[in-house]
Amino acid sequence: MTVIREVLSRVLFYLFSALIGAFFALPMLWLLLAPFNARGTLALEIPRPFTLANFEAVFANTFAMRALLNSVFIAGGTMLVVTLTATMAAYALSRAEVPYYDLLTYGLILFSSVVTGTAAMVPIFLLANALGLVDTYVGVILTFTGGLLPTAIFILRDFVEGLPRSYEESAMVCGATPWQMVRDVVMPLLQPGMMVVAIWAFVQVWGAFLIPFVLLRTPERMPAAIAIYSFYTEAGTPILTLTSAYALLYAIPVLVLYLFVNARYGFRFFGGIKR
Amino acid sequence: MTQRRPILSMPVGLLFLLPAMVFVAVFLVFPSLWVLWISLTNQTLTGEAALRPRFVGLANFRALFDFENWMVRGYFGNALRNSVLFVIGSALIGQAGLGLAIAWAFYRRRGIWRELIYTLAILAWIIPDVVVAFMWVAYLDRDQGTLNAILSALGMGRVDWLIEQPLLSIIIFNTWRGAAFSMLLFSSALATLPPSYLEAAAVAGARPWQAFRDIILPSIRSHIITDLVLITLWTFNTFTPYLITAGGPTFRSEVVSIYTFRIAFQHFEFGRGAAVAVVMMLINLALALVYLSTLRREARAR
Repeated sequence: MTVIREVLSRVLFYLFSALIGAFFALPMLWLLLAPFNARGTLALEIPRPFTLANFEAVFANTFAMRALLNSVFIAGGTMLVVTLTATMAAYALSRAEVPYYDLLTYGLILFSSVVTGTAAMVPIFLLANALGLVDTYVGVILTFTGGLLPTAIFILRDFVEGLPRSYEESAMVCGATPWQMVRDVVMPLLQPGMMVVAIWAFVQVWGAFLIPFVLLRTPERMPAAIAIYSFYTEAGTPILTLTSAYALLYAIPVLVLYLFVNARYGFRFFGGIKR
Repeated sequence: MTQRRPILSMPVGLLFLLPAMVFVAVFLVFPSLWVLWISLTNQTLTGEAALRPRFVGLANFRALFDFENWMVRGYFGNALRNSVLFVIGSALIGQAGLGLAIAWAFYRRRGIWRELIYTLAILAWIIPDVVVAFMWVAYLDRDQGTLNAILSALGMGRVDWLIEQPLLSIIIFNTWRGAAFSMLLFSSALATLPPSYLEAAAVAGARPWQAFRDIILPSIRSHIITDLVLITLWTFNTFTPYLITAGGPTFRSEVVSIYTFRIAFQHFEFGRGAAVAVVMMLINLALALVYLSTLRREARAR
């Protein structure tokens, strides 16, 4: 009996694994094949002949290439602002006596959960309009920053709490100013945490569609998430050869960062990574 | 922890907090209050009402809750109903159920299958929005799509998923897209359980299902609540389905986030758009308060 049950549970386990694996993998396969196919298709077919011409065409498209650069600029800019300001804020929350500490932390969680998505874009668009920030990178970067900061602060605060205070105390004894101490003592120790937040912020912004879609107007300023919709025929159907090649190019930085994080830190789960 | 002298003085601490707090105040707190005012006006993008929006009282909200054609496609009731089905189907059943099933199936297991499935689920979670949207449009295509190719190979008929079953399509899509979060959360919750719990149950002769129901589920209860609240919040606010069905055909997959977008950014009726945004934010607020109260309960329990 126990042998049968053992075998049965093994079979069930493999069946379950295969089904779940297929559920996740099947939609992705198209992106691995279509970019190398000379014929634009939505179907899953082995590219015959295998070609890199689609990528050549995409590389030759200056508009599409500039859009990737725009994405780097927007995601990189947000990453820098978020990481720096969140580090300082997290440090202050952990190491200074902050009045209304509980109110502040709960308020941050509350506002970042409530003011989100399309609902937030209605007032944010009008605010950007009033400040003259529509169709500017500053507007896009600051909007992303506001949304990402609360989570970034909480992730970093956990890292700061994990640091021994003795380094900072001896820096203080040696007469370092608070800013010198943060720059020369805390930030080097906090590098893993800052790295996690930087990568997280970059990936969030890199893949986002709604905020630049609402806030930007000029085609030349568009990031890749929106420029991908420019590979259309005059009849309005997507040119699948170019779209799929561009989609793969655009996804690669995220895949590379995932592999990097996985190899370097292991894709550990930070309790509130999306909080 | 013993109370020690803070390393930073209060003024320096506040100075360090200042830049982050300014961004949060301007781009989160202020918009959430300003939207209340906009929702009481007839603000538009261009024309007279753009320069001098007029106070219209609760007219926008009355239009929203106009029960005359509340459930007619393209109206708010229809979008709310779609959102409820979308959240129940893709978040509460799809993501949480699948995430828990995977976490439980690979509980205390290592090996290639675990690596493979965790990697695939995480990739589905982190690939950019527009890229997953193109994948799924290709996947669900009536004539060439992979899903129909498999179904017809199994002898089943082809379905024009995005036209005939638009809501079901985005429900399955969003299950695929977000299951990784629940999977990771439940995996780390299960990892904290002492093995003796299950060994004791096995000695007592409990079946795996009984052990799961009577031991595992109660011990990760607070994680389950946290997970359900967060994925409900995110699923309710996600805009990605727009990239797959654009809410159509004829508003059949129009969820509230897409409805808001259409009113505010396609019709440019900001007053009405703000009224929907206020309703959305109130729903978010209710969910966030449930979340905060579980956080506080956990903090007190620790």
